[in-house]
Amino acid sequence: MSITIENLNYTYSADTAFKMQALKQISLTIKPGEFIGLIGHTGSGKSTLIQQINGILKPDSGKVIIGDISIFDKGVDLRSIRQKVGLVFQYPEHQLFEMTVFKDVAFGPTNMKLQDDEINKRVKHALSIVGIEESLYESSPFDLSGGQKRRVAIAGVLAMMPEILILDEPTAGLDPQGRYEILDEIQNLHKSLGITVILVSHSMEDIARYVDRVVVMDKGEIKMDGLVKDIFKETEALEAMGLAVPQVSYLIQALNKHGFNLSEDIVTLEEAKEALITLLKRESE
Amino acid sequence: MIRDITIGQFYPAKSRIHELDPRTKINGTFFFILSLFINQSLITYGLAFLALSAVIMATTIPVRFMLKGLKSIFIIIMLTIVLNLFLTPGTTVLLTLGRFTITSEGLQTAFYMGTRLIMLIIGSSVLTLTTSPITLTDGIEALLKPLERIKVPAHEIAMMMTIALRFIPILLEETDKIMKAQLARGADFESGGLIKKARSMVPLLVPLFISSFRRADDLALAMEARCYRGGEGRTRLKQLKYKKVDFWAYNILMLYLIIFVVLRFI
Ligand SMILES: Nc1ncnc2c1ncn2[C@@H]1O[C@H](COP(=O)(O)OP(=O)(O)O)[C@@H](O)[C@H]1O
Ligand SMILES: [Mg+2]
Repeated sequence: MSITIENLNYTYSADTAFKMQALKQISLTIKPGEFIGLIGHTGSGKSTLIQQINGILKPDSGKVIIGDISIFDKGVDLRSIRQKVGLVFQYPEHQLFEMTVFKDVAFGPTNMKLQDDEINKRVKHALSIVGIEESLYESSPFDLSGGQKRRVAIAGVLAMMPEILILDEPTAGLDPQGRYEILDEIQNLHKSLGITVILVSHSMEDIARYVDRVVVMDKGEIKMDGLVKDIFKETEALEAMGLAVPQVSYLIQALNKHGFNLSEDIVTLEEAKEALITLLKRESE
Repeated sequence: MIRDITIGQFYPAKSRIHELDPRTKINGTFFFILSLFINQSLITYGLAFLALSAVIMATTIPVRFMLKGLKSIFIIIMLTIVLNLFLTPGTTVLLTLGRFTITSEGLQTAFYMGTRLIMLIIGSSVLTLTTSPITLTDGIEALLKPLERIKVPAHEIAMMMTIALRFIPILLEETDKIMKAQLARGADFESGGLIKKARSMVPLLVPLFISSFRRADDLALAMEARCYRGGEGRTRLKQLKYKKVDFWAYNILMLYLIIFVVLRFI
């Protein structure tokens, strides 16, 4: 499903002293099956933007079109939109409430009024995607570790089988291993089902590793939009917005300054390793 | 969404009223409310209305913002007015609607009760809108201080209020977040009857309780880690001091009260 955003404006607490325009004239088109990274300094409006895409926040003006439905038009059933556009909030483990892991994940599908066996199937499938074993299905979600809670919460959204999946800093506060596991699972899902994914992240390494296209926000506006390798060449522009490029990009830039001739397209550790090994082999010959 | 509740909210601005010492404002509010109870007549209510309007003008806060606070308790006000209108026993019947009658006594009581309630609420919101929560509790603590001699734990009460007040915006924010997260999972907080609605609150309340306990625990630990041991021997960063504006405010308050009491006896 495609996402089209046209001239979106949004202001928090519009008629009070604490007025704050969080989004200014945002326009953006996302094609079906893209894996998008959304980056920006804290307070740049990332979370605000993604909440408009599934209709949780209503814009002051502008349009959000999902597939061919303009979601803020009269008569549109926002609940069915929210099922198509799955949104995993930041620290999603804070939303857990049921007695058992299984029941909690079933909350979404139950709200969709599905048949019991369909619900069971979906819950099991979602939990297996995020790597929660069957032995934990009947435990209380509050007895799990932080990382497990996060997985269960993500499964809660996956169980609705959204065609668009939006994740707001899904790995914040997780250890490196847990981080890669979760993101690998999301990537697999993206590849096998062809769903559209929007990943909000503060980690440039994660963006470099998983994402095709990056959208950069600053002070409520979209400042850059392009392929990962192109965006991460703009070190100075990104730093001016309080962001950075991946560590590897800094390494490549430093090496190139000292006479190496490495491609600036390199953004991940793997690519850098390959390039350096090839280079060293050639030198030793 | 839920953050638009204004009761108990602080509206930062630069005005004479904002500048006043919290003790002045608390006393002022207290006596204003008292005045509404000691004398009930068109003239005194008119006077109270004028005084309140003057204070609101002086706060520079948009009137629209003040009135927004009334919206959330609109039902209570309406209920008060309607019940008094129909249920006050009286002799002069003005109107009969089926089994209900409106008497002139009922009309009068309904009018006084309604205006009193509205002025009471706006009067107290002037206090909270112009005083930051921290200053407000400082004021309360200072006013309760004399009662420490009869074993009223003034500092502890003030500290509890500070913490409670501090937590209100956090809890509202948290509620907002959890609500959104459950909405994203297809929760429905609006439709259905009373029982269905109550049940739909479970996914909201459980996470809210859990996070409140967690926060309370964290805070207690953090306070202990910083050697908090209660009010004894504790000094403060900001000392309360009366200024010239406070002197004038007390004079005006006295004048207002004298007029009220005098009007009562003539
Ligand atoms: N519920 C809210 N009420 C008022 N202001 C908010 C709220 N949520 C976010 N903001 C403000 O809107 C701006 C954008 O916030 P947000 O979208 O959360 O940014 P990001 O996710 O990029 O960190 C920030 O300045 C933030 O303070
Ligand atoms: Mg955010």
